[in-house]
Amino acid sequence: MTDIKHHLTDSLLMAYSAGTLPEAFNLAVAAHVSLCADCRATLEGFDAVGGALLDEAREPLADDSLAKTMALIGQGAPAVRQIRVDPVLPGPVADYVGGGIEAVRWRPAGIGVRQAILPTSSSATARLLHIKAGVAVPDHGHRGTELTLVLQGAFSDEDGHFKRGDIEVATEAVEHTPIADTGDDCICLAVTDAPLRFKSLIPRLAQPLFRI
Amino acid sequence: MSSDQGQTNWPLQMEKIRDARDEAAFAAVFAHFAPRVKAFLMRSGTDAAMAEECMQDVMATVWHKAHLFDPSRATLSTWIFTIARNRKTDMLRRDRRPEPEDLTWGPEAEAPQEDVIALQQETTKLGQALAMLPAKQRDLIEKAYFGDLSHSEIAAETGLPLGTIKSRIRMALDRLRHAMG
Ligand SMILES: [Zn+2]
Ligand SMILES: [Zn+2]
Repeated sequence: MTDIKHHLTDSLLMAYSAGTLPEAFNLAVAAHVSLCADCRATLEGFDAVGGALLDEAREPLADDSLAKTMALIGQGAPAVRQIRVDPVLPGPVADYVGGGIEAVRWRPAGIGVRQAILPTSSSATARLLHIKAGVAVPDHGHRGTELTLVLQGAFSDEDGHFKRGDIEVATEAVEHTPIADTGDDCICLAVTDAPLRFKSLIPRLAQPLFRI
Repeated sequence: MSSDQGQTNWPLQMEKIRDARDEAAFAAVFAHFAPRVKAFLMRSGTDAAMAEECMQDVMATVWHKAHLFDPSRATLSTWIFTIARNRKTDMLRRDRRPEPEDLTWGPEAEAPQEDVIALQQETTKLGQALAMLPAKQRDLIEKAYFGDLSHSEIAAETGLPLGTIKSRIRMALDRLRHAMG
């Protein structure tokens, strides 16, 4: 929790605070912030900007506003969401899985790689990746933005070494070949807003099949 | 009690709502914040009837979640903004809004008064800095928060002095982690 080296960008944190990101990106931001006090502090700073904007303008209310609100309160509180505690999955990810790491329904996605797509709106895709220790994800570029948050194990690529809690923000400019460390299998949450561009032929053929 | 000059002790009002389900305290919070929440929703592109309904829902959540308000990490404006933003996402996009794991005080571990006051001061300074930004930057920030900019259009450089408020929040978070063991 203390030695996270790779963080979210300010523009992603600001967009999360403003509420303009696709659902899948919101999930990656919420998951990293669950593990990272630095980004949580930055995010709460951006929330304070939102609070300052909230303070600025007023609109007249309906006459029975307060009475109706008290009636709404009288109907009782909505059910509180159960917080799941899991050693691998941060709370928001466990919510989407519907359980801990053992509840993930993995599907094969190439040699040494398994994936599970999480149910978000279609504007961007969120999936869990399970990469066997020492295995490389095929060399690829990006058409949009890709966020990769490490939840277990570690991987390396042209941009550095990523451990639990680290998040890689890859844009169109980045081309990389992530390789899982030997030792522990690597589990990541990966979010993309456009299909990846693979260089070699075989992953390109497999792409429609695996939705990556 | 509900002066509009920001003199009201909002943390105290929230404590009364949390501990005593105090309807007078809630009426004061409502009188100040409900018109602001409604205006915020309308600036985000909601019509008046929808904004009114959604605002009532936001204010009911303020009552129900009073125990989650931590005045050493957020002012009441900030906290209500986050509730309104979440409700807006549900309503306009019908998306789920994943939230980070909550870090909350246990009932017996209140935030120290001086931290609460320091955060209020930092937030006031941030609000003043926002008001004094050059028109172009201010415009960018308003567009970002009212939904007119996509995330790739949001520049990293906003010109906002977030540094001091960030370190203040960071201190509150560190203390919280210690309290949780
Ligand atoms: Zn971070
Ligand atoms: Zn990539």
